[in-house]
Amino acid sequence: MSDTHVDRKVLSDLQDVMEEGYINLLETFLEDSEARLRHLCSARSAEALGLEAHSFKGSASNMGAHQLAELCRQLEERINKHALYDVEHLIHQICREFLEVRQVFRDECKRVKVS
Amino acid sequence: MSAHDALTVLIVEDGATDRLLLATLVRKQGHRVLTAENGKLAVALFAEQRPQLVLLDAVMPVMDGFEAARQIKALAGEELVPIIFLTSLTEDAALVRCLEAGGDDFLAKPYSPVVLAAKIKAMDRLRRLQATVLEQRDQIALHHNHLLNEQRVAKAVFDQIAHAGCLSAPNIRYLQSPYALFNGDLLLAAFTPTGEMHVLLGDFTGHGLPAAVGAMPLAEVFYGMTAKGYGLAETLREMNAKLKRILPVDMFCCALLLNLSFERRVVEVWNGGMPDGYLLPAAGGEALPLVSRHLPLGVLSSERFDERTDVLPLALGDRLFLLTDGVVETCDENDQLFGVERLHRVFAENHDPAHLFEDVLLALEAFRGRSRDDVSLLEITVVAPEQVMPPPLVYSDSGQSSPLDWSLSFEFRAQTLKRFNPLPWLMQVLQEVHGLRTQSSALYSVLNELYSNALEHGVLQLDSALKRDAQGFTAYYQERNRRLQALDSGHIRLELRVEPWKGGGRLIIDVEDSGRGFDMSKLHGAPTVEQRLSGRGLNLVRRLSRHAEWSDGGRRARVEFAWDALA
Repeated sequence: MSDTHVDRKVLSDLQDVMEEGYINLLETFLEDSEARLRHLCSARSAEALGLEAHSFKGSASNMGAHQLAELCRQLEERINKHALYDVEHLIHQICREFLEVRQVFRDECKRVKVS
Repeated sequence: MSAHDALTVLIVEDGATDRLLLATLVRKQGHRVLTAENGKLAVALFAEQRPQLVLLDAVMPVMDGFEAARQIKALAGEELVPIIFLTSLTEDAALVRCLEAGGDDFLAKPYSPVVLAAKIKAMDRLRRLQATVLEQRDQIALHHNHLLNEQRVAKAVFDQIAHAGCLSAPNIRYLQSPYALFNGDLLLAAFTPTGEMHVLLGDFTGHGLPAAVGAMPLAEVFYGMTAKGYGLAETLREMNAKLKRILPVDMFCCALLLNLSFERRVVEVWNGGMPDGYLLPAAGGEALPLVSRHLPLGVLSSERFDERTDVLPLALGDRLFLLTDGVVETCDENDQLFGVERLHRVFAENHDPAHLFEDVLLALEAFRGRSRDDVSLLEITVVAPEQVMPPPLVYSDSGQSSPLDWSLSFEFRAQTLKRFNPLPWLMQVLQEVHGLRTQSSALYSVLNELYSNALEHGVLQLDSALKRDAQGFTAYYQERNRRLQALDSGHIRLELRVEPWKGGGRLIIDVEDSGRGFDMSKLHGAPTVEQRLSGRGLNLVRRLSRHAEWSDGGRRARVEFAWDALA
């Protein structure tokens, strides 16, 4: 189940790179993302929404959360095309996906602390 | 990673996660990392720390990546600070924007450590290449300025040497580029103490300083010896020897030398490797080419050097035209040469001799597409001697020690007559007598005439009737050289006496030769200006001196000069 939300290979590579900083990275992402979501939900303009979606897409892809990244990409595309119908639905999907990802990362933190 | 390869990298990314990840990646690759979370902070940090490489997120708040890139590039100036845009922008338009803002490359998300390392390495190589180019450019500029300065100094030195010249005489017109010295073109002209004019038009091999460096010793010899009254032959020998000694084997100087005597209306010519000069008769008609018969200066050793000159008669109004090969080799747009025929046509079509110089210049202008800076032209008009009065020589002594009561006698025999011209040396002695200085020109002309007569008509027994035309002149001088080479007997005695006289002083010159003499009945009537080409110049001697008489069947001449008490 965790493979649909997060690419395990990416996480393993990240752990190699970050070494002791791995957990910090995961926690930074979770903190960062929660702020992003807040911005997404409270965005005042389409442009602002687009920028947030773009950034979130970037960090999500770096962390291996490919599904989350894809949803953000769709949001960004809709906004670029001015196809603003049903954007709220997409944002909800992003929130739900993030929750899944968050769980994976929390489990990952536990796993690392124990080992 | 060696210290040489470690860079300071500025990472500009607003997302904390990405920033942390990238910083760690870059640090792991051995570099020092600076981070900023927006463009404004990035520019400030860049200005302060001057990192070598920038990783820049395109989309950021508070000054986006594009503006930050522009400002950073502006701060970097000539140096190359590579900027790698961090972006998941995929549209071409967006990528073009990155490049236009000054971006050098892109790194897509998700970050690949391998790709990142490769890009950093490549960008660093470019950066160092640019730095090398700038450094070399600055070095080249420095060397170039040194070179220009050296040339300036060389020219200044040369101008000092050349200031003794007489190119500003009223009967001379010339054209020479200011860069002539560094093209190897040389134009020298000076009066001897006795009013004869020595001229040299030369063309050194090479360009730039090597060409200029040879010109200076040559000019020194030319001006030095001319000022001391040496003839063309001795000056040529000395110049050739000097250049042969100091120049490398493949360098030499083509030269055309003239010795013009306006008093005696003859010109001596020596051409070693220069294009034909021309003698244009005042009366019109064909121009007489002064052809190269010798090798250039600095080629032959002294033993093999031939300093023999050709002697030509001159008439009032004749023009001598000298030019460097830049004239004939001037090209038009189609790379056609101006050529000798065109030059001859200009001569032929010229109606007013006074405009000949302009005619040649205009023809060149009309012909050539672009200007050349290696064209030198010289025109000398034959005028009466009074019109080319050389500037009075400045002497450094006061005259208190001027010798006023002495005599000197010499006998020159065959072997000496062959090799030695005593006149410059005698003139040096006579210059010590202040009273004679204002008559230097006349004195030299008379001594020259007496000595030449004694040698040529007396000892060598040449008949001056040969010199009735230009062809005869050439034959006469060839015969003179032949007889001089074969000489084994005969002498010339010369006596000089200086004594006080009537408050001032006088010089008595006695010249005696071992020849057959001549018919003295030719001497009658008042002396007139010599009209014919030939003759013993007796009228000239009588005209220029205070008193002249011949005795012993014409073998002995006595001439007097006198001067008043000096103030």
